Amino acid sequence: MKDRLLRPAAIALLIIGVLLPLIPPLIWSFAANWFFPNLLPQQWGLKAWRYLLSPASQVGEALLNSSLLALTVVLLAVVIGLPAARVLGLHQFRGKQLVTWLITAPLFVPTLVVIMGIHILFIRYNLADSFLGVVLVHLIPALPYFILVMSSVFANYATEFEDTARTLGAGPWRTFWYITLPTIFPGLIVAMLFTFLVSWSQYITTVLIGGGRVVTLPMVLFPFISAANHANAAAVSLVFILPAILVLVLTSRTLSAGSHAVGGLGRL
Amino acid sequence: MQRSETARIWLMLTPALAVILLLFVGGVFVGFGQSLDYMPIIGLKTPTLRHYVNILTDPDFYLSLLLTLYITIVSTVLAGALAVAAALLLRHRFVGSRFVTFLFQLPLPVPHLVAATGMVLLFTQSGLFARLAYSVGWLERPNEFPVMVFDRWQIATILVYLWKEIPFIGLVILAILQGVGQEYEEIAQTLGANRWQRFRYVLLPLMMPGLITTGVIVFAYVFGSFEIPLLLGQRYPNVLPVTAYRAYVDPDLNQRPEAMAMGMVITGIVIFLLNLALRLSRRLREQA
Repeated sequence: MKDRLLRPAAIALLIIGVLLPLIPPLIWSFAANWFFPNLLPQQWGLKAWRYLLSPASQVGEALLNSSLLALTVVLLAVVIGLPAARVLGLHQFRGKQLVTWLITAPLFVPTLVVIMGIHILFIRYNLADSFLGVVLVHLIPALPYFILVMSSVFANYATEFEDTARTLGAGPWRTFWYITLPTIFPGLIVAMLFTFLVSWSQYITTVLIGGGRVVTLPMVLFPFISAANHANAAAVSLVFILPAILVLVLTSRTLSAGSHAVGGLGRL
Repeated sequence: MQRSETARIWLMLTPALAVILLLFVGGVFVGFGQSLDYMPIIGLKTPTLRHYVNILTDPDFYLSLLLTLYITIVSTVLAGALAVAAALLLRHRFVGSRFVTFLFQLPLPVPHLVAATGMVLLFTQSGLFARLAYSVGWLERPNEFPVMVFDRWQIATILVYLWKEIPFIGLVILAILQGVGQEYEEIAQTLGANRWQRFRYVLLPLMMPGLITTGVIVFAYVFGSFEIPLLLGQRYPNVLPVTAYRAYVDPDLNQRPEAMAMGMVITGIVIFLLNLALRLSRRLREQA
């Protein structure tokens, strides 16, 4: 009997808890004047959004940079990571434990420590303050993440169809294109979307290695929060959250709770 | 195994291993070298432990370490406990359960910085909660609202981590619970186990491996993360990664090796705890 009341109350609490931090940014971004102690803005307006659209805010540039960076990182992660993921998912070999450890370690060792160390080399080899340099440091957390997700996809992959195709005379590329790719496609899309988000949410890596030259969305958002510019912080955070919501809607069906994709999400 | 097969395996691993060895292992090693004042490329060739001695004899370091441990332990333990509660709630079907489970996943892809924005707007002294408290007459001025952002105890920081990590741990636990079904519990019930006993002796052991794995991931992440405490914490004292970062960007370049030394200590602690947790979960698995 007690259960009948307790359960709905707990569910309501859970829903409120999840949604609560997302509500004030929605209101604040449309507030022109909203002083204490009013529960709603005294005056609504598009001031924050208009500022976002002005070149002075750097939001346009940051949006472009963030997207280009994340797309490049995903592309590189696929090209570099897919062969490794296949081997780790399908084969047993000597040294596999060491390789797995090496690929998992960057997910546990703080990225800040790694980039503080490597910064000096990047300066020496002219990679600091450049787009390429930022792409490379984003790969440090993104590539291991992509490989782990994809190796769990390959662990459940049967190679019989590939063997058949090869017996029938298909070359390696044709086999990959017509057999492998369609089979792994759903998993690959999920892995790519989440790898995109790993790069998308990077802050300190971009700040240190980009040296302020490569401006991304979190770099625009950060000062607004620390300077208590609530309306602008709210509006930028809504732009920043957009791909995350999109990804969730796209993957909520394919994303099983136990999958490795979830595993890496704790780090965004 | 054929030799050509082995060659093919390593060929496929090479690009990924090259990236990780060069960027990750290289970064850690060069950082380690710098923490020892060992940088042959700029002529420093005699390693020294003095930067480690410096930070390890500085009381500020321990204050920072304690704060980091406090935030990490509180966040991880609370997130684990609340995640178990949420998973127990969501494993039953009810009207709208699919939608609620979808909502439960909502924080997963949301960047930490967005969560931080939300917490600032909710919990500062002129935030939404202070306004609500005013409207029901609990306070008259904003400064009567408890300090929860930019405070010593970093309450907002912990709330950001909880909001992000509860769904992460919760979904893994939920998958385990849905995987085992209700049979064990029903057997335990027939044998006379009450609710608490069914949880303690049936469900908890089943959840434990997942709880440890996710707990370790959360612990390692929170221990080494940087943005949220920098944004929502006090300037001093703050967590180890923030202290290390401040030393790194200090105009006084002599601070850099100390920043590296702190980075190495952080890495050492994370790896030590990781091994401990892995050993623990292996032992649990052997018992089961």
